[in-house]
Amino acid sequence: MRYQKMFETKKANNELAYIPFVLLGDPTFDHSFQIIEKLIESGADALELGFAFSDPVADGPVIQEASLRPLDNGFSLKDGFVLIQKVRKQYPDIPIGILTYANLVFAQGISHYYAMAQEAGVDSVLVADCPVQEASLFAEQAAAHNIDTVFIAPPDATDETLGQVAKHSQGYTYVLSRKGITGTEVSANQAKTDFLEKLRAFNSAPLVQGFGISTAEHVYQAAEAGVDGVITGSALVKIINQYYNEPQIMLDAIAQYAKTIATAAHQAHNLIREGLINVDSGNDQRTTVGHGATS
Amino acid sequence: MTTAVESQYEYQGPYIGQYGGQFVPQILMPALQQLEEAFENSLIDQEFQSELTRLLNDYAGRPTPLTECSSFAKQNGVRVFLKREDLLHGGAHKTNQVLAQALLAKRMGKNRIIAETGAGQHGVATALACALLGLEATIYMGSKDIDRQAPNVFRMKLMGANVIAVDNGSGSLKDAINEALRDWAASYDATHYLLGTAAGPHPFPKMVKTYQKIIGEEAKQQMLEQIGQLPDAVVACVGGGSNAIGIFADFIKEKNVQLIGVEPAGKGLDSKEHGATLIKGTEGIIHGARTQTLQTEEGQIVESHSVSAGLDYPAVGPEHVHLMKTGRAQYVGISDDEALEAFQELSRTEGIIPALESSHALAYVKKLAEEATVPMNILLNLSGRGDKDLTMVMDELAQRGKS
Repeated sequence: MRYQKMFETKKANNELAYIPFVLLGDPTFDHSFQIIEKLIESGADALELGFAFSDPVADGPVIQEASLRPLDNGFSLKDGFVLIQKVRKQYPDIPIGILTYANLVFAQGISHYYAMAQEAGVDSVLVADCPVQEASLFAEQAAAHNIDTVFIAPPDATDETLGQVAKHSQGYTYVLSRKGITGTEVSANQAKTDFLEKLRAFNSAPLVQGFGISTAEHVYQAAEAGVDGVITGSALVKIINQYYNEPQIMLDAIAQYAKTIATAAHQAHNLIREGLINVDSGNDQRTTVGHGATS
Repeated sequence: MTTAVESQYEYQGPYIGQYGGQFVPQILMPALQQLEEAFENSLIDQEFQSELTRLLNDYAGRPTPLTECSSFAKQNGVRVFLKREDLLHGGAHKTNQVLAQALLAKRMGKNRIIAETGAGQHGVATALACALLGLEATIYMGSKDIDRQAPNVFRMKLMGANVIAVDNGSGSLKDAINEALRDWAASYDATHYLLGTAAGPHPFPKMVKTYQKIIGEEAKQQMLEQIGQLPDAVVACVGGGSNAIGIFADFIKEKNVQLIGVEPAGKGLDSKEHGATLIKGTEGIIHGARTQTLQTEEGQIVESHSVSAGLDYPAVGPEHVHLMKTGRAQYVGISDDEALEAFQELSRTEGIIPALESSHALAYVKKLAEEATVPMNILLNLSGRGDKDLTMVMDELAQRGKS
């Protein structure tokens, strides 16, 4: 219910939701908690928290590099859930999603995994290597433990797949900006409007765009395309990769970045409506009226 | 008509029993769906099949011979027959399925091929097929493996392939597979991922089996011609499991034929350094399939070990898990030392230098023969030749003070 409430509020305020992604336990338990605090204080509307996996096949180099830290530190699955529980205690209303890999769920015993997630106060689980076609493996236990299952809608999926994703994805639907893996090396494309329309026609949960979103410009493009929220992952994790040995610098940089993206997400519709920005969907450029005209 | 027992051993959609499936990021599903469709269509396309047969016969050298050992493991009435995939062009069974997949890629209009390789055998096979068929080849290889396998890296480059070092994770075969999958997630419009073994997401295990089953079909015919009966046991080494499923496939329905897969026990099944995924691993989901894998209690995949790079893989093709769980096939372990011994013995007794992978199967056959109480005819898949392993074996023997 937390997602529904959050998205309803966002809609009422004409805002996009901002959902940052970070890895749990990166770089340490305590700093990871502080990072999450910063994200929420800087305007995050929900959280997407990842568990590090030895074989993160959906992730680009930035998150791969970061994954090694919790793994090398022996940060366990249990530690991850303890950390989530701590966040939940402090922020009872924020929707919390987990991003994980199939084997990490499977190895615990599926039922046990979802029980732990429920106990920690998790709202949704997205299994990065479980397409909607394999949904049945986890669906029963997720439902039994009142956990939403999020699926991903890729830009070139067939109508049949989009229909399945819309039908099964709960909490929100993760729409991809582009093909490939996570990372900022390849920028987001503005989501194809027809693909978003199809998802809506199939009564999809709110649409949240991710993969390659790292700047306010990308957020404006996403707003223009009509999604309900944006996820940034690699851009944040890149800051942690760079400054994990200097926690204060890291936390400040994270707060500053999160504020930029959260502000863009919260103001995008108003800025576009007031004609203060023009979103050029053809490429990665944005022209700010008043500045852009002369440049 | 197939009986219930037979259909138990057939794929139901992406699954064989409860194993297999398509556990990949959603973004890769269109690529797998497209591949599956092209693969199924190619099976009934006469033109495709005759082109493949022509390549296998005139380019790769099929059919390969069946050679009865003159003295290797010849005791207690045991006769050993070697299916000579070592004589196939490229030096191993890999060429069978690489030619088929490359041809399939062409048929799908994809001009770029990506592949993973451990020690470089599958990379070399992919490079030769791409050179022959005019395709662009990009091979992902762990950086540690690149250092250790300079001759194979050179072979690949000589045949025009682009070799990319993979540094992430453990920098080994499993990470090269991850990297190839990542490439494919963005590139599948014009790129085919030529997976090298009977593992990975559907349709790869089924496809690789289909393209390797010619080994068992030929061998069955040759056994009948040479001794007028089927073998009592079929033995093959298992890493990912492609040569084993290739020689097993046509015998699965022959209930009196024992099927035995030999896994790398490395430094011992009770040590942490082995690659015995079926014997010592646990159920998990890795590289797109529900299968068995070597993992921690938390589900992190761990590195395997084997003296033989081709068997050094911490997962296994899902069909082998099914064959094991249903009791149709039996899986055993052979250590590095035992394999090295068999490597030397076959060289000495038969004048055939076997691949270290196949040496695991040979070592187990030796044990079988020693313990045999009744006469037995054993069919063994000699999946590759050992020239590629000479440096490795020289080093290993030097370390053991035997050279």
